[in-house]
Amino acid sequence: MRDNRCVPMRQDALLKLLETNARLSDEEIAERLGLSVENVKSRRSELESQGRIVGYQAVTNDDQETGVSAFIEVKLTPERDGGFDRIASRIARFDAVASCYLASGGFDLLVLVDGETLMDVARFVTEKLSTMEGVLSTATHFRLKTYKKNGLLFDAPPLQERLSVTP
Amino acid sequence: MNWDKIISSQVAGIPRSGIREFFDLVAGSSDIISLGVGEPDFVTPWNIREAAIYSLERGHTTYTSNYGLESLRRRIAEYADSFFHVSYRPESEILVTVGVSEAIDLALRALLDPGDEVLYHEPCYVSYAPSVTMARGVARPVVTTKEDLFALNPAALEAAVTPRTKVLMLNFPTNPTGAVAPVETLERIARICIKHNLIVLTDEIYSELRYDGIPHTSIASLPGMKERTLLLHGFSKAFAMTGFRLGYACGSEPLIAAMMKIHQYGILCASVTSQEAAVEALANGTPAMLQMRESYRTRRDYIVRRMNDMGLDCHLPGGAFYIFPSIARFGLSSSDFARRLLLESRVAAVPGTAFGNAGEGFLRCCYATSFELIREACDRMAAFTEKLARENISSRHNESPEREARGGE
Repeated sequence: MRDNRCVPMRQDALLKLLETNARLSDEEIAERLGLSVENVKSRRSELESQGRIVGYQAVTNDDQETGVSAFIEVKLTPERDGGFDRIASRIARFDAVASCYLASGGFDLLVLVDGETLMDVARFVTEKLSTMEGVLSTATHFRLKTYKKNGLLFDAPPLQERLSVTP
Repeated sequence: MNWDKIISSQVAGIPRSGIREFFDLVAGSSDIISLGVGEPDFVTPWNIREAAIYSLERGHTTYTSNYGLESLRRRIAEYADSFFHVSYRPESEILVTVGVSEAIDLALRALLDPGDEVLYHEPCYVSYAPSVTMARGVARPVVTTKEDLFALNPAALEAAVTPRTKVLMLNFPTNPTGAVAPVETLERIARICIKHNLIVLTDEIYSELRYDGIPHTSIASLPGMKERTLLLHGFSKAFAMTGFRLGYACGSEPLIAAMMKIHQYGILCASVTSQEAAVEALANGTPAMLQMRESYRTRRDYIVRRMNDMGLDCHLPGGAFYIFPSIARFGLSSSDFARRLLLESRVAAVPGTAFGNAGEGFLRCCYATSFELIREACDRMAAFTEKLARENISSRHNESPEREARGGE
């Protein structure tokens, strides 16, 4: 059997492009992929309605913002019906929660919380999170510096120039 | 001192690379968009760079076996088995070299006696003919045509075989045309090689970079061909490792041993850092390679569309990262076209003639550059070709009265 390494992977080319640059217009995407603009529009809205594209956001440099953020490990008691889902979604709904993941290992939820000040985050943890029924314990780790976010390095060195003409 | 009398007449007789001449023209200008490079625009994937750093950290700074690290040769054997479907013994049938370029030089020197003829398809990579000459052989190009999508025509190949022909060099996918050879063509070529007892040097450096959905076939994998084929491959293109300078040759033990003799005195071994990075490339580099390939493919489709839209007749190449559009209809030579394109529109592309006379009428454009730059280069080229078309119309207008006058005489 031949391996299939040479079989092209064109599905989701649109998704890949948007993951790299969400600001590309339908016209630009159509130009790059050699599709009609109509085709791109309908494919994009299909991805949106399927919930595969959830939103389009700017990736900001955390270290130039004034706020603080923390990664909080949360241990929970799972429920008979639904496991962690009900309580996780209760936690995720708070505006302060930027991301919320269920994880394997020594804790259950990893919650990324943003606040204006350290006290904001502390208050959220002590007053909202810890007091919630089903929450067994929390461990809060404040972010000191961000090196990479959403696949983007924050201090990438400039690329080395190639020779302009080579064989 | 009169160096003209001191430098070997053979070396003095080898012309400067056409690419080099063009490079001098481009050097020093900053507003030029270059489609003239012959290497990926990606930095080597981080896991591979990190493996090189780790190798240095551990103090791996010695010579390696002349053949190359055993761990690397074992990986190469596995890769050749799964990707090319040919089995090689790592201990005696694989030689790690400083790029495919070194392997080509070694192979030709190991094979050729003065006057032996080497066939290769043209347009082709710039080093083939000079490497044959420097190995005291006679370089005999076989022209490939746009009609055949620059794949080697077996009939043309057979017509070029003489009693002195010893070696056939192949390079599919091809630099500069992006051509791929259909399996049936390779099978016919293989039969000719067996019939005339030719040794095949097949430079398959672009073999991972295929976009036509057809798996790459190496001529080495065809029946009866492994023993007479030297398979040349490396890390530069698929893994974006050009600066690591690492390639390899796989073939019959006696040929590898003969090449090793030259290699051990001339080079000793390839850089150990590069070799350890290459182990990582073969072990874990495939996902990054596939991503890069997909990105090239998108850009290939775009640039070919733009070329044809602006009236530069351009086939859709099956592999590598070059397009080879025809500029014939503008009535300029490749070199004049490329020169004017550079001076008047600030786009650098390499004239087809840099890759042999068969490249006349064509231009090599590399699309391993950012999409934004490709688009801007295409916009500039479109304006340039419009200008040329206008010039051609007005010069025809100016000519016609003269023709009439002459006709009346």
